[in-house]
Amino acid sequence: MAIESDVLVIGGGLAGLTSALSAARSGADVRLVSYKQSTLRNASGLVDILGYTPNGEGPLTDPYDAIPDLPSEHPYKTVGLETVRESMELFDEVTPQYRGSHTDTNALLPTHGGTIKPTARYPAGASAGVASDSRDVLLVGLESMTDFNAEHAAAHLDAAGVPFDVRGETIRFPGELRADAKVTRYAKMLDTNSEVTVRGRKKPVREAIAELVNTEIENESRVGFPAVLGDDHTAEIRQELGEKIGADVFEVPMGPPSLPGLRLEDRLFEALDEAGGMFETGNPVEDFEAEDGHIEHVLVEKNGAMVPYSADEFVLATGGLVGKGINSDREGVFEPIFDCHIDHSEDRYDWFDTEAFGDHPFASFGVTTDDRLRPLDGSGDLEFENLRAAGSVLGGYDFAAEKSGSGVSIATGYEAGNHAATEAQ
Amino acid sequence: MSDAESNIDPADGTDFQPTAPNTGEEFEPVDVFPDSDDFDLRPGSDSCYKCSTCDTNCPVAEVDDEFPGPKFQGPEQWRLKQADGEHTIDDSVMDCSNCLRCDSACPSGVPLGQMHNTARGEYVSEELNTFSIEYIRNRILANYRTSAWLASKFPRTSSFMMNFGPVRWMMDKVLKVPKERDFPEFATETFQEWWAKQGGATGSRERAREVRERRGEPVDADKKVAYFHGCYSNYNTPEVAKALVNVYEYFGYEVVVPEQKCSGTPMFANGMLADARRHAEVNVSSMSDLVDQGYDAVASCTSCSLALRQEYPELFDIDGIEEVSDNTFESVEYLRIHEDLKGEIEAAEVDGELAAEFGYHAPCHARNQGLERQAVELFGDLEGAEMEDVGDSCSGISGTYGWKSEKYEKSMKIAEDMFEHMEEGTESEVGMTECPTCAMQMEHGTGYDIRHPLELLEAALIEEN
Repeated sequence: MAIESDVLVIGGGLAGLTSALSAARSGADVRLVSYKQSTLRNASGLVDILGYTPNGEGPLTDPYDAIPDLPSEHPYKTVGLETVRESMELFDEVTPQYRGSHTDTNALLPTHGGTIKPTARYPAGASAGVASDSRDVLLVGLESMTDFNAEHAAAHLDAAGVPFDVRGETIRFPGELRADAKVTRYAKMLDTNSEVTVRGRKKPVREAIAELVNTEIENESRVGFPAVLGDDHTAEIRQELGEKIGADVFEVPMGPPSLPGLRLEDRLFEALDEAGGMFETGNPVEDFEAEDGHIEHVLVEKNGAMVPYSADEFVLATGGLVGKGINSDREGVFEPIFDCHIDHSEDRYDWFDTEAFGDHPFASFGVTTDDRLRPLDGSGDLEFENLRAAGSVLGGYDFAAEKSGSGVSIATGYEAGNHAATEAQ
Repeated sequence: MSDAESNIDPADGTDFQPTAPNTGEEFEPVDVFPDSDDFDLRPGSDSCYKCSTCDTNCPVAEVDDEFPGPKFQGPEQWRLKQADGEHTIDDSVMDCSNCLRCDSACPSGVPLGQMHNTARGEYVSEELNTFSIEYIRNRILANYRTSAWLASKFPRTSSFMMNFGPVRWMMDKVLKVPKERDFPEFATETFQEWWAKQGGATGSRERAREVRERRGEPVDADKKVAYFHGCYSNYNTPEVAKALVNVYEYFGYEVVVPEQKCSGTPMFANGMLADARRHAEVNVSSMSDLVDQGYDAVASCTSCSLALRQEYPELFDIDGIEEVSDNTFESVEYLRIHEDLKGEIEAAEVDGELAAEFGYHAPCHARNQGLERQAVELFGDLEGAEMEDVGDSCSGISGTYGWKSEKYEKSMKIAEDMFEHMEEGTESEVGMTECPTCAMQMEHGTGYDIRHPLELLEAALIEEN
């Protein structure tokens, strides 16, 4: 027998989770399978829709305004403007800890490198940091966290012309942490408000940090920390620090491994559970069996045994080049599970630009689909009638340059999940 | 290997010309390291792109300021050791609890479990003094099977003595086994003794044939499993092993209980690879004979199934080891694949002491096999029982880890979230997990009674009939 469901989603990142969520909320019996952990844990936790046009214009004020003018192969054009809006409503509904839904306009958030990123949604923890606010900012770095140099980030923000004064100071995180302590270690100490010893006296870590910041702060009314302020009790930690420092406290989103990304992942799995979706992680989908263009089941490899998982509809949300939903070797670029067609030059020296920040063709590699997100083969016919693709496995857009990664995953995930649920019922 | 390497001018190493292709044909990879009979950890190490996902999953690094985390213990340490002959394995490898969270998490498939086990084995054989208390204590803990075998000869006396205050005080002082822990009770009748009374394999074949006839299945259907019960369900919780037999026979399976020793899990975790190999040889030999005859292997302990499926082929080169690995399953998983378990459960109900709300904890080793939601999903449809997932934290005990005085506090700190979720999340004071030592920890921290999914399955499908 096979493990059964109406809809089987392959992939546990933002696209896979959104697609499983939307299918489950449409009443389908959904199962999500994911091999290992996804790149969502490396994401900043900022949820962008569109920051720049494909030819580099921006930062865009209103991402929705720019969608109608995107090239026809762009996933946003496939699903349409209305779907992008609907999908964001779903996202807003399941993530009460996110902000930005009050407006169509992009917010501008400072990054840990000191740049400004246009983004549609951001964690509540980052909200006091928005660059459109004119209140002065103190950025606080931690000596052992070399990923965030507060003075450097402040200088960059200043050079970018932010409408406030910004200063960076570095403190030593209280306690006996090792130099390369993990982000989860800082978060755990803050979550549990562990006791630390400062000059021979024991005190709770939140208090100890506030005391250190109070010796550095001048008249700034906002204080930004690297995003390590807890995992389970972030709001409480920010509030307590804020009260003790006498300023609004915010987190600056960081690079991988990223607690805001991890918190978003946790929340979406929780939402999927609440919606009645099933999920399991740890084993890869390695193969499938199909008849007349209809996938009967996929085969999940469990330590050498191939176990069939059957469904009426399948969603491919395995990620792009980093997430390994798309792979390449010296011969070509391929999609490893179903071998869906991926348009690319035969000469692999055409896959990239010689400039590091040039216009790299590989950045847009991915599957092409019909208007219902079903992958097409090289001659434009359906690969399978019951397979849909969502997220970075799709081609036709460069999420890194456009700042559209999250939005495309949410919109196409939502659409693929909805279609799959409708077809399955 | 990238072709960029062959473009590098050895004189200055900077002559990389991506626009001047050096196409595949003439490319010959260079063998950097000499041939060796050891498992090659290089491809795994090369796959690491330092995203640190492993580090964010490590329950020890979250509470321990000394522990450098899995990225160092695995790929980085391996690479350091290739650089020169001076680096020895860092002693922090003994602070790894072998929960394998890193191994389950890695998006690049780096075999962190294999790397940790190999490093720990090397550390213990080359750095640890075999006359030290640590070595002696670890060896005793790792060879639990031997102690349990001895104790099972005098189960009542052993259960008493092992929890007798002065004895425990001595053990704490001399062997560094924490006195806070309660030793598990030894069963007055082991599973093997019970099994012999049931007529062993012959009895099971007869019963299974009757069931198949009653279920309208072919009497000679190929439904046979070899049960790897492990030490704990033999000596301490035979009710779990009996439940397995009853449930499998209910579905018409013939059960055999082959000759077996410890799976090796506690030995891997203590770096006692020679001990583990000795036991593995026995297990693989008897299991592979049965696999050849068409049996599949099932285990009720998720660490045992993990050892047979994954750790064996990663660490040992024994005849038949791949066949055993490919054909081993966790016991409920196997039924899910081959029977309409969902349908059976939807039609059933439980009453009596197992009609409860269970606080379910997924053992890390079950998670590694993709089974973290199996019990919650399955029993969600069972009338009379409710399942509450108590979160994704590690239980902290990790087999023998929490049985060491210097690790006890750490072990309890790791478990804080789980204890909290158990107490807040459930009304009835009863928990569920597949792993015997997670069960010990759950009981230790909350006083809850902890049951195995097979026991609930047995109550749902059989006892009411």
